Amino acid sequence: MTIEEILNDPRQLSGDLRLKILGLYHQANAGHIGCSLSCIDLMIAVLFLNKSADDTFILSKGHAAAALYACLNILGEISDEELATFYMDGTTLPAHPAPRQYKSIPFATGSLGHGLPIATGIAHAAKIGDEESYSFALLSDGETNEGTTWEAAHYAIQNQLDNLFMIVDKNGLQGFDFTDKVLGETASVEKWKAIGFETVEVDGHNILSINEVIQELKTHKNGLPKAIIAQTVKGKGVSYMENKLEWHYLPMNPEQFQQATLEVKERYLNELTNA
Amino acid sequence: MRKEFSNAMEQLAIEDDSIVFITGDLGYNALENLKAKLGKRFINAGVAEQNMVGVAAGFAHKGYKVFCYSIAPFIVYRCLEQFRNDVCFNNLPVFLVGNGGGYGYGIMGSSHHTLEDIACLSGLQNANVWVPAFADEVEPVLQQITKDARPAYLRLGAGKTTPDHAYQTGSFKVIHKGLNAETTVFALGPVANNVLSALSIAGELAEKVNVITALRFPLKMEADLLEIVKNAPNILVAEEHIGTGGLAQQLSVQLMEKGVFPNSFKSLKAEGYPNGRYGSQSYHQKLSGLDPDSIISHINQLLIPA
Repeated sequence: MTIEEILNDPRQLSGDLRLKILGLYHQANAGHIGCSLSCIDLMIAVLFLNKSADDTFILSKGHAAAALYACLNILGEISDEELATFYMDGTTLPAHPAPRQYKSIPFATGSLGHGLPIATGIAHAAKIGDEESYSFALLSDGETNEGTTWEAAHYAIQNQLDNLFMIVDKNGLQGFDFTDKVLGETASVEKWKAIGFETVEVDGHNILSINEVIQELKTHKNGLPKAIIAQTVKGKGVSYMENKLEWHYLPMNPEQFQQATLEVKERYLNELTNA
Repeated sequence: MRKEFSNAMEQLAIEDDSIVFITGDLGYNALENLKAKLGKRFINAGVAEQNMVGVAAGFAHKGYKVFCYSIAPFIVYRCLEQFRNDVCFNNLPVFLVGNGGGYGYGIMGSSHHTLEDIACLSGLQNANVWVPAFADEVEPVLQQITKDARPAYLRLGAGKTTPDHAYQTGSFKVIHKGLNAETTVFALGPVANNVLSALSIAGELAEKVNVITALRFPLKMEADLLEIVKNAPNILVAEEHIGTGGLAQQLSVQLMEKGVFPNSFKSLKAEGYPNGRYGSQSYHQKLSGLDPDSIISHINQLLIPA
């Protein structure tokens, strides 16, 4: 699939990847569905439309591993055979990314708050080496609770890392409640602007908008690290999962899986059903 | 060892431009030379140790060899998960350097002491832990760490000069061989100097005792060292580290797995703060029985036939 084809019809890839994600979690009878569906459009914008070979992408919210695996499958780095082993004994594809298995998965994330420091180091190394490359980290909004995220932010500002992109999947839900009821709005646009990130708010399910924002920010060589606060919906694409805490954890039963796939086909792939 | 570290580090980093040095806002009166000489490759990451190690992993991913420096407790405990997940899992060349291991910071108090670092770090995948006993070991250890290019922790202390005739075997160093040795003392880090002081004070013990230091973890014992132990099978271990996961425990497993069973085995270790009072490094060593006089007493007890 070329960049032009994706830009012409972004919903096709978005729908295909959602079906892959649903299939993986159904096969594994496992959770982390909602948080994979909330960030898949962000991953498309980065991995399919913006990431060059010299760039780095860190999935800091490692619990959305299936979304990453699905992308890398379509991009050709993870074979169909290996993808089919997701969650199984002997797989290279556990629930959270494993280290040293795939070039596009450089770090074993899963413990929150690690991605931004690592991506910051990569961005700084690129600067010191006079390398023209970008370092992307995709965070959950819950991860902006972590002190390390803020430590890295100040480091990035101080070292003028305008090649660093922090993308926050702001679906408003974290481990055990809505984010505004836990530690408040740690992912607020105002806060990230105030500390010195060049911060843009975007609809995290509008792939064309996300792409435009990234393209525009890439041209801003102004010494400011970039924050893209993406408004998303947990479980996006499956009505009964949307904005529901439990779909961070629950696996689907066969009826739920059938309904989920039908909905995605209708909403993303224009496949009408008799249901 | 801080000065030796700083000088050796400067030389290494000048020779190898892939070396990056990050400090957690420490190094006053010790690292000014590095700051002056390394340019962009000297980074002060601020009082943010977890980020420092995450950033180091990012640098290492891009091909750099990265030293992260702080006071020992701050570089060990605060960022343990970053070292484990971001560095060790990936076998990246990130090297933690902790100054003032053990009770090294003395009256600074318990927050500044490091009594559990070997236990925390020596079991991590791909990691080596280095504990020089003598100041002149710092430079060769640094060279080896850089050459190995794998995760490492270097515990610095206050060391003197390695005695003549010392030699390395496996991950140990034979520091002193008694002519008619019956006892082998294993020492961790600069507390080896207390063992040597003990032999100097009680001169009659010198021929009855071997002194070995453990320079690197995981421990690796060669046949010649096993022979030394077999011939002087009363074992005393002295370490400024808690018992759990320290030298004595790791050593005893090695010996048993190799079928070498000591006649007797005594472990002198950091006892924490048994009286709730604080003082200099030597004050804490004495409370734990790690001072020269206590060491003499324990060697003599081991020498009494059962």
